[in-house]
Amino acid sequence: MFDFSIVTQWFHALLLSFLPEGVAVFLECVIIGLFLLLLYALLACALIFMERKVCAAYQCRLGPNRVGPWGIFQVFADVLKMLTKEIIEIRHADRLLYNLAPYIVVVASVLAFSCLPINKGMEILDFHVGVFFMMAASSIGVVGILLAGWSSNNKYSLIGAMRSGAQMISYELSIGLSIMTVVMLTDTMQFSQIVERQADCWFIFKGHIPALIAFVIYLIAGNAETNRGPFDLPEAESELTAGYHTEYSGMHFGLFYVAEFVNMFIVAGMAATIFLGGWMPFHIPGLDGFNAVMDYIPGFVWFFAKAFFVVFLLMWIKWTFPRLRVDQILHLEWKYLVPIGLVNMLLMAVIVVFNWHF
Amino acid sequence: MISNEIIAIPVAEYHDRMQQLRNEGYDFLESLTGMDWGDSLGVVCHLESTTTGAHIVVKTATEDREHPELPTVSDIWKAAELNEREVYGFFGVRFVGHPDMRRLFLREDWVGYPLRKDYDASPEVNPVRMTNEETLDSTPTYQLNADGKLEEKVNVIFEDGEYVINIGPQHPATHGVLRFRVSLEGEIIKKLDVNCGYIHRGIEKMCESLTYPQTLALTDRLDYLAAMHNRHALCMCIEQAAGIEVSDRVQYIRTIMDELQRIDSHLLFFSCLCMDLGALTAFFYGFRDREKILDIFEGTCGGRLILNYNTIGGVQADIAPDFVRKVKEFIAYLRPQLKEYHDVFTNNVIARQRLTGVGVLSREDAISFGATGATGRAAGWACDVRKRMPYGVYDRVDFREVLFTEGDCFARYMVRMEEIEESMRIIEQLIDNIPEGPYQTKTKPVIRIPEGSYYAAVEASRGEFGVFIESRGDKSPYRMKFRSTGLPLVSAIGTIARGAKIADLIAIGGTLDYVVPDIDR
Repeated sequence: MFDFSIVTQWFHALLLSFLPEGVAVFLECVIIGLFLLLLYALLACALIFMERKVCAAYQCRLGPNRVGPWGIFQVFADVLKMLTKEIIEIRHADRLLYNLAPYIVVVASVLAFSCLPINKGMEILDFHVGVFFMMAASSIGVVGILLAGWSSNNKYSLIGAMRSGAQMISYELSIGLSIMTVVMLTDTMQFSQIVERQADCWFIFKGHIPALIAFVIYLIAGNAETNRGPFDLPEAESELTAGYHTEYSGMHFGLFYVAEFVNMFIVAGMAATIFLGGWMPFHIPGLDGFNAVMDYIPGFVWFFAKAFFVVFLLMWIKWTFPRLRVDQILHLEWKYLVPIGLVNMLLMAVIVVFNWHF
Repeated sequence: MISNEIIAIPVAEYHDRMQQLRNEGYDFLESLTGMDWGDSLGVVCHLESTTTGAHIVVKTATEDREHPELPTVSDIWKAAELNEREVYGFFGVRFVGHPDMRRLFLREDWVGYPLRKDYDASPEVNPVRMTNEETLDSTPTYQLNADGKLEEKVNVIFEDGEYVINIGPQHPATHGVLRFRVSLEGEIIKKLDVNCGYIHRGIEKMCESLTYPQTLALTDRLDYLAAMHNRHALCMCIEQAAGIEVSDRVQYIRTIMDELQRIDSHLLFFSCLCMDLGALTAFFYGFRDREKILDIFEGTCGGRLILNYNTIGGVQADIAPDFVRKVKEFIAYLRPQLKEYHDVFTNNVIARQRLTGVGVLSREDAISFGATGATGRAAGWACDVRKRMPYGVYDRVDFREVLFTEGDCFARYMVRMEEIEESMRIIEQLIDNIPEGPYQTKTKPVIRIPEGSYYAAVEASRGEFGVFIESRGDKSPYRMKFRSTGLPLVSAIGTIARGAKIADLIAIGGTLDYVVPDIDR
């Protein structure tokens, strides 16, 4: 398996050869930041394009097909349009919070995004309580959404924000429980370690029944966390026109939009990392030849393939199901997912104690 | 067939006689029409008993034109609530005891009463106002006080501290420019106030200056998803009044077209309901299949939405040569598609939860509001005009009137889905047996209707669509009234939605399936 840390270490040594250490580290941080933002933006474009094509396929349509081959430049054209649009200042809005809200949402999602281990040695933020950090960082997003709804001075926005608050805070619980279930199996919260421990077998196979249950709960809760259908009621367009971002225009709206898509990728990437082995190739214990061939496929390909597979699952769900109602969402969480998650955690504890996993 | 005889009741006895009729079993106020009798103003009420099927038509007139006052019957039939407000707006008749005497369709600062015969329509009187109409939270009401004097009081609709949100006129789920003002407590609806009239075109007033064949052009623009039915009703009414016979071929064609239109409308209903509930994929399925019906219409009528097909004494053109084949192909195509709809939406657990038990309208309320069509049948009221007063060739075909008893959103949905199947059955029975004959009966160049009043009704896509013509023997009607299929549904929505959540309001609106141009005629 190619270790990307060879490249980073070489680059670090190169910079040190003619720069003092402080400057070198600063320069590296800037480069990594730029790389991160670029990847973030490109991923958002790729996801938007994928969403449009996937939903078109489900709906017996073609989707974008005019701008560039297969319409691949459509999204870039849209981004360009969005960038040139006026950001409308609305009266009676809390100016500061109104302008701040989209950035809080984006910052939260960039922070969470930087936790994803893309390849071996390519972790950007990687420390002992990585799982905790990721969950804490992604929870900041709900503050941005609440602020957006509240500061817009619009009744639809406010209802959307309240729904979103209730929904995201509730479902955070399920996400936490399902991740904790796996953490029990791993003994670590560091993402690079979590992936390393799946070298022989992915956790979804290793933890069998409880891991599978945790995976399903995680997918449901992750879908709800990203405010996507059937849990898209904070922005339910047929009820609240656009929910919390009704009053936003131009790139401020664009930031919400981009953050929503990357959040979906974060949820999918996290599922890939924790349950499906992250950048770890697919190995079958005993079949050494097969495993060796699998090892030739680079780690980031594995990671993106798994993440996009989960993204596809999420899109499939979104374009199939109708929207839930707010009380039904909370029923589902508090009456079903949380109790099941708790019992599941207990089950995992038993399995770990008696060493019944693979 | 409704008798065209009208019983006149003096205004003093009006309320008591109406109450008496209600006690005798006339529980369905089919239509309430405002009239300008020349020296006085008044109303014509079409009543029906849902138990015996008996009809009665009653009219009354005010004492003078200067102070036109009538007792309200909105305490007897809830259907009168919005209808009386309409009459108040157009004729200026004040209904004593009516809780809410705002104009239904017009602005509050409108000068004059447009449907009166002496109305001044010059643009100076009512210029295009550049100011916003302020929405008031209270409404005037006229009550008789203890010593028999008329007294104006104020009814408060929304208190000062209430959290009122506007749903509409521009809103994705109102299916047009209809406006609800909803008072919320959290997500729960406490009160709902309907504001209509954003696209009122005054079709009834226009008809008074058009000849009978000219009036036909306007009915397609009422409920555009029941264009065939609307025009069928108007043609039928004129034909019955003028004594014009139509050939069997025309009756067959009209019936088939009506049923195709019904399928078209119900497919659109399915699509829009799915979209309202967030199932965007199912929306496309419905629209994809509806397109095929529009193609069939286009082949024969030339139009897809505005069809202009029925004429007095026949239809505009004979059916296209490939009509029969295309209809058969379509029916064969639609059957498996319906199963797909049920797979993708009806049997989905979320869809069930969103619809079952939500927005219940009881049978009594449905009758009282006059909410016919699928809404009434979902509540267990057998209100299908095709069975009650058969027209076309409905007496010669075998079909089931789909009835449910729950009265909730899911029942309304299922009624429509099963009606698609019944409509296909009707078409199948007719399509191979269209008799030969002329597609148009020769009529006089100028059609006049003998003096009198006439009423004819058809089962349109969303309920009973009636046409009431008051003729003075002229070549244009003295008064023409269209019984809206959507207005009763909208008047019932306040009752249905109380205590529901905002999301339920969307489901309720979706399953009531009103079409706004039909409410605002």
